[in-house]
Amino acid sequence: MTFVYPRKSLEAFGPALAPAYKSTVKRSPTKPLILMPHTMSELTGPVYGHDTVQAGDEDLTKQHKGEPLGERIVVHGRVLDEDGRPVPNMLVEIWQANACGRYIHVVDQHPAPLDPNFTGSGRAMTDAEGKYKFITVKPGAYPWGNHPNAWRPAHIHFSMFGHSLISRLVTQMYFPGDPLFQYDPIFNAVPDEKARMRMVSSFDLDNTVPDWALAYKFDIVLRGRNATPMES
Amino acid sequence: MSGITPSQTVGPYFAYGLNPLDDYDWKQTLTNNLVTSDASGERIRIEGRFFDGDGKLISDGLLEIWQADAQGRYAHPRDERRPNAKFSGFGRAGTDKDGVYRFTTIKPGAVPGPDGTMQAPHIVVVAFARGMTRQVYTRIYFADEGANATDPILALVPDDRRATLIAKREEGKDGPLYRFDIHLQGEQETVFFDL
Repeated sequence: MTFVYPRKSLEAFGPALAPAYKSTVKRSPTKPLILMPHTMSELTGPVYGHDTVQAGDEDLTKQHKGEPLGERIVVHGRVLDEDGRPVPNMLVEIWQANACGRYIHVVDQHPAPLDPNFTGSGRAMTDAEGKYKFITVKPGAYPWGNHPNAWRPAHIHFSMFGHSLISRLVTQMYFPGDPLFQYDPIFNAVPDEKARMRMVSSFDLDNTVPDWALAYKFDIVLRGRNATPMES
Repeated sequence: MSGITPSQTVGPYFAYGLNPLDDYDWKQTLTNNLVTSDASGERIRIEGRFFDGDGKLISDGLLEIWQADAQGRYAHPRDERRPNAKFSGFGRAGTDKDGVYRFTTIKPGAVPGPDGTMQAPHIVVVAFARGMTRQVYTRIYFADEGANATDPILALVPDDRRATLIAKREEGKDGPLYRFDIHLQGEQETVFFDL
């Protein structure tokens, strides 16, 4: 199957400069991007075999001696292209704060405890239907220095490749109904409300595991459309 | 489905997930060394600094590179001339505390361009960092390649900005080194492409 990548789809992203998110001011290009045709160099991209992911990499609650503290959750969904077709056999990488909102990263020193049983990294491959699944704990909100009393809503970072280098996507998954949404300049760096809400997972009672874990569903749509239009 | 999922910044804390090195209890799978024992071609190193708009070095950046092998073939189904070596063509590096990134790889060959043209040897770079709501794409070309003069993509870049895409070659004791700095803003702002 040959894919094409309409630029119009990028309107969902919003601008590189989002001044309320202060770090964008000195880190967004100021000169116009150079328009170029998509060549073989962009229409290809890394392909990973199943050896990239080891059994258990998708379960963030089993990486240490004991179980992490916090609310155990299942996070699952499908990775799709712009036609709604699954993106199979694709690497999904995630990282997140622990249940207290503390990242294991050395730079995060805010006064919340680390959990010796939680690193917060995971990876999985999508299956033939584009499905992925992680077991983790619900991350906490955490403070950051962007403005006085700034807090990030709880989120999980996602990184994906897709059919080519053009469909490469790094994003964040949020949880439904978070009261911090309206105050968060990173979430709101996406100006279009419908696009923004595509970053919010949905509570998924059907996939909740009784007596064990709640479930959230997060479908991801990457750039890429079949070059031959679908029959309607 | 209606619309793609928006991009969000990689943030400052991606290292333990995407580039743990030996610092975190997580296995590094995508590295800054692309060389495989069976790949032919010239072994090179690429090194550069990553700058913000104040000229400050970005110590929390993430760079990914994608390239063809020495024969100009991509390890992807779309390229039917797929390499017969294990060379994947993809690498990932974080910038260090001094804002420096490093790759070890094979110098790529020329690859097909639009409308039957050929592109000069190049490497596509995807850059991420805290403060970037979306990734940027640029290209590393090699100063010692005469084919740069006829490259169809370089031809789209204004003359006075083209130099930002050309890596200079140095002969080091560990072999050839290409230097390629990336400036997000400023007089030397690197050319980024609208893809």
